[in-house]
Amino acid sequence: MAEKVKLLKDCRVFDFSNEMGFFCGKILGDLGADVIKVEKPGGDPSRNLGSFYKDIPDPEKNLYWFAYNHNKRGITLDIETETGQEIFKKLVKKADIIIETFQPGYLKKLGLDYKALSKIKPDIIVSSITPFGQTGPYKNYKGSDLVLTAMSGFMSVLGDSDKPPVRPTVPQSYVWIGMHAAEATLMAYYHRGMTGEGQHVDTSGQAGVTWAASIAPSFYDFNKEIPTRAGSFVTGRSVTGAIIRAVYPCKDGFVTYIIYGGPAGQRTNKRLTEWMASKGMAPDFLKNKDWSKFDIATVTQEEINRIEAANMAFFKTVTKDEFFKYVVEQDMLGYPVNTAKEIMEDEQLKSRGMWKEIEHEDLGEKITYPAFFTLFSTIACDLWRRAPRIGEHNEEVYQEIGLDKKEILRLKKANII
Amino acid sequence: MKRQIFEGIKIAEFAAIAAGPLIGKHMADHGAISVHVESHERPDGFRQNYPPYKDNKPGINRSGAFTICNNNKYGVTINLKAKGGVDLAKKLIAWADIVIENFTPGTMAKLGLGYEDMKKVNPDIILLSSCNQGQTGPHAFHPGFGSHLSSLCGFTYMTGYQDRMPCILYGPYVDHVGVGYGVIAAVAALEHRRKTGEGQFVDLAQYEVGIQFMIGALLEYSVNGRVTERDGNRHGFAAPHNTYPCKGQDRWCVISVFNDEEWKALCTCMGRKDLISDPRFSTVLARKQHEDELDKEVAAWTSGMVAEEVFTLLQENGVKAGFVETMEDMFKDPQLKHRKFWAPLTHPEVGKYHAEGPPFAFSKTPFKIDRHAPMIGEHNEVVFKKFVGLPNEEYDRLVKEGVIS
Repeated sequence: MAEKVKLLKDCRVFDFSNEMGFFCGKILGDLGADVIKVEKPGGDPSRNLGSFYKDIPDPEKNLYWFAYNHNKRGITLDIETETGQEIFKKLVKKADIIIETFQPGYLKKLGLDYKALSKIKPDIIVSSITPFGQTGPYKNYKGSDLVLTAMSGFMSVLGDSDKPPVRPTVPQSYVWIGMHAAEATLMAYYHRGMTGEGQHVDTSGQAGVTWAASIAPSFYDFNKEIPTRAGSFVTGRSVTGAIIRAVYPCKDGFVTYIIYGGPAGQRTNKRLTEWMASKGMAPDFLKNKDWSKFDIATVTQEEINRIEAANMAFFKTVTKDEFFKYVVEQDMLGYPVNTAKEIMEDEQLKSRGMWKEIEHEDLGEKITYPAFFTLFSTIACDLWRRAPRIGEHNEEVYQEIGLDKKEILRLKKANII
Repeated sequence: MKRQIFEGIKIAEFAAIAAGPLIGKHMADHGAISVHVESHERPDGFRQNYPPYKDNKPGINRSGAFTICNNNKYGVTINLKAKGGVDLAKKLIAWADIVIENFTPGTMAKLGLGYEDMKKVNPDIILLSSCNQGQTGPHAFHPGFGSHLSSLCGFTYMTGYQDRMPCILYGPYVDHVGVGYGVIAAVAALEHRRKTGEGQFVDLAQYEVGIQFMIGALLEYSVNGRVTERDGNRHGFAAPHNTYPCKGQDRWCVISVFNDEEWKALCTCMGRKDLISDPRFSTVLARKQHEDELDKEVAAWTSGMVAEEVFTLLQENGVKAGFVETMEDMFKDPQLKHRKFWAPLTHPEVGKYHAEGPPFAFSKTPFKIDRHAPMIGEHNEVVFKKFVGLPNEEYDRLVKEGVIS
């Protein structure tokens, strides 16, 4: 088979983002773009976020940095100095895309906003990512994962009904926002290819997390109903208001099984009953049930509770692994509640080539990462390089934009890079 | 008129529920012509079995889930099982630049509509297949819905509290992750076609895009051998960092404090300057250590406040705070209004409703939401006669024979 194409190899991106925007450049990097992460001299503050390689609190061993800045080269630059601003402009001349997450108005103050930059490079794409957007009443407000999970509506449908709303423990808002920003940035790049026209892209963090709440808005929009959190249960599947269990304890953890209607749901319910019967654990009312007539949209809570009580007793006798094997074999809907360990040991992901080791020379070790987000027939989507160390590519990148070695040394001494 | 990004791009969707159709919606919001294919024999699953329905009355054209995923589109019906159905589908595929499908792997090929079949009628077609676990591998043929995938991808295990059952995320969460990546993949394929004239087959697995959002926990395991456990709203090195009760029924604010400066600002807003130098709370480490007591102090203050007021007061003073917006709040949110996020539309059966705009705004190529989600088969005539070019007699015959059904 012919080698796959590095689609964005001629696309140079300077990434001035903080942790809210890291994922955007990472995704463009997955598709082969030359993404150059720009940090303040001394390193980005985000290198102290999250956890560290073997718990050694060293900015060069930060896992958050590894996770979201691989497939990028790295340079340092202080854009608050005049010389730094001059260099910024030089970078722009050699850039296709600038990603930035500064507070709205900050770049304008430095004379480096889209308007100014488009005078230097008319077809530049500036992709701005902020908690609430570039304009509007909340534009100066600050964001955190918690704030954006709450303000996007996502949190209102998450958590136990008798406890406060909760966020996913592995923060989700910045990956949502980064993914949408990558979408928009790539759309702008495609548009530039078609028309020669660059533009400014304004991604809002708050708006970027809304799809995490799926179709919840339509309940309010259509019927003024307000969906709420329901813990381990799914809601809104029945016009009777019945809620349906989505997590069951099993022998060694939890499994997700949900009573559904439709052809796949009916098949699943029927086969579970058969499985339970084969172990002598199916009550008569289940054995006698005509699942082909089962309608999830009109089922009552009483009936659901009765079925779930029987399921509950049965699942306690099976392991996650037994459950997983059975549902796959029997073409049923359902999965184990996986931990990170089980994901990394999963046969399907292995067979697809999901895991790739990459050398971290300074750690003397290889680290395993997910290698791609999608398989294309001719485009390469891959893990190309580990995240950069602080200023690792200063010399090579600054030479590429036309600075000579002497000048680079002078800038280093002045702590501009 | 300004040129839209996907002007001239034609999409045929053999797709249902969220994962496939929303890719088409997002592209149609930016100018693509997207045709949603279903049939009366097999309507989109969101039209039935999936509330809400307008006024809680089920009906094939009354689904909120369907309308929120399909604005700006044309809706047609082809019975792929009828004689001549596949031929008609091929005519639509010949017309299209991109085909989006999200059947179980192998289904399209069995119908005679696999990638190779498509290439015969349209050599540079882009086929985006979005499925559960991928087109290849030991679990390729296993069907699944978004909520199940939330568990397979680890989200369920890592949401909630350790002393309680894990919480399931709302709706088909992973489908929506697949939508964002689906648009990225489609644009990448278009860009490749722009450069080379070549089409593409895209094999997008929900499971694989889902774990992209888990990468932090995956590295924690691959590097440190640690399984990340669910931990409520707690944060490794920020405190307070939680949801706090406010005035009214089920009203909540969120406050996240990452450093001493923000802590001082919070105490000042609370009228509790005494807490700033309280040895239990004076440093991040101390606050983490006494987090339960800290949460009580903060909650005592927020309980007497209106959630929206906590948000604005704290934000005006530099503290990263917000409130838990319900779906009602989302429709009233002044910032989203400012961004024209909820786009008003009128639907023949539903009446007035709103479509959801994109989370990004382009300075030169604004989005345009101007068509309600189609009623089933609403655009058969315009699509098959005008877009595909069927003569009137043939169209009438196909309707009579139940191919256009």
